[in-house]
Amino acid sequence: MRNVLAIAGRELRSIFTSPVAYVVLTGFLLLGGWFFFNLVARFNMLVQMYSSFQGAGDTAERLNLNDFVVAPLLHNLAVVLLIVVPMITMRSFAEEKRLGTYELLLTSPVGTGQIVLGKLLATGAFVGLMVAGSGIFGVILAIWGNPEIQVLVSGYVGLLLVGLTFVAIGLFASSLTENQIIAAVVGLVMTLLLFVIAWPADTAGDILGPVLRHLAVTEHFDTMVRGIVSTSTLVYFGTMVAGWAFLTQRSVESIRWR
Amino acid sequence: MIEVSELTKRYGDRTAVEGISFRAARGQIVGFLGPNGAGKTTTMRILTGFLPPSSGTASVAGFDVVTQADEVRRRIGYLPENPPLYPEMTVSAYLAFVARLKGVARGELRGACERALERTGLADVRGRLLRHLSKGYRQRVGLAQAIVHDPEVLILDEPTIGLDPRQIIEIRALVRELRGDRTVILSTHILPEVAQTCDKVVIINEGRIVCEDDLAHLTATAPLEEIFMRLLAADAREREAGLTRSAAAEVDAPGAGGGL
Repeated sequence: MRNVLAIAGRELRSIFTSPVAYVVLTGFLLLGGWFFFNLVARFNMLVQMYSSFQGAGDTAERLNLNDFVVAPLLHNLAVVLLIVVPMITMRSFAEEKRLGTYELLLTSPVGTGQIVLGKLLATGAFVGLMVAGSGIFGVILAIWGNPEIQVLVSGYVGLLLVGLTFVAIGLFASSLTENQIIAAVVGLVMTLLLFVIAWPADTAGDILGPVLRHLAVTEHFDTMVRGIVSTSTLVYFGTMVAGWAFLTQRSVESIRWR
Repeated sequence: MIEVSELTKRYGDRTAVEGISFRAARGQIVGFLGPNGAGKTTTMRILTGFLPPSSGTASVAGFDVVTQADEVRRRIGYLPENPPLYPEMTVSAYLAFVARLKGVARGELRGACERALERTGLADVRGRLLRHLSKGYRQRVGLAQAIVHDPEVLILDEPTIGLDPRQIIEIRALVRELRGDRTVILSTHILPEVAQTCDKVVIINEGRIVCEDDLAHLTATAPLEEIFMRLLAADAREREAGLTRSAAAEVDAPGAGGGL
């Protein structure tokens, strides 16, 4: 555990001393703010429009913040995470290989699993900070609006789990190469594929269809955004993070049997 | 202290080192000498447990480098050809990180770092960022990280490469000083370096050991330069003879087939 924390601590320090972290954090929150502003403005317009019609009072009541603001906001933020997480993870292993510090890590009495876990913790903590920062929009809604708090929280937890899944995939991509650009592109392609893998589900037949749907990160994220926390969803995210972390460990270890 | 026996490493179908064997006793400074590309770095990487050998065995302080790799790693200080530095860290933060990685106990962390800083003459630059250090200082930080956990064995890959003459003299003096009862293996292709710092010489050429001897014994009859050139020439002749023999065998075989 001590080794894991040593590696995580150094990794976090290196994330925060590079300007990338601040650019990513600012960009993420700026885009989030833009989405939030527009969603709230549209919601406001809809409410006014419906309440001005006579006899449409029912419809106006049925408009709610969760469906019209929180859900689209979280989905948009997930897409932004999809793009920026590979940019955060790209350096984790690739940079160590370029600097030669990879040799230091692998000639220290530290397990490859500990190295991967340390990096996962540090990068995961940074993505956690991004998600927490975007929590400001939820707080604003809770203070001046009346969203369903449980649904809101479940959605944000979903966003965090999506972020952690992307981190694990990004680390794996980074462990494959010493070129950061390649690491970022491979990470982006893999996360994007996981995002859209359910597209052919409706036409893929009775067996393959549900399999694809279950593999897609969007399906599980969507249930959490709607406020449903099921065991199957938690197992899915747990398996994703642990599975990609395991593959990363194998990839790091592979230098010892090549 | 270090025992290497019949060690072979292949990358694909290229053989980097082939069946090498040598030993180093406690407290010895061994000069690992050879032209560029002879297999020095590969051998050192195997000894430090970074790469596995294709065949053969190596042990450090009685522990096998493959099956007891972590025990070996605890006892080795390693300075790769390029010092493994994180540019965004300060000298003292970097040393503390390496000390934790190498398993220095929490209570001894500060003392270990101070000792390493002092011995390598880095106390004045401890707060500087590694990216701002000159080549000579970076090399010293590399040495400091190799000794921070007080290892029994030091493995230094070309520790003086790219330094100016004054820095070279400083680093050599430092290596001699660091010896104590440590075993040091230092690779180089600079002959005077061996003559000045080492007790024992292992000469490697194209992946094979051509000579292993005490420096005093080896240089009793002729200067090291002469011996080195003579050994390499003899090795080259031997290889050529071997090649012509096998080439002749190849030419013979189809000829015999055609005759039938």
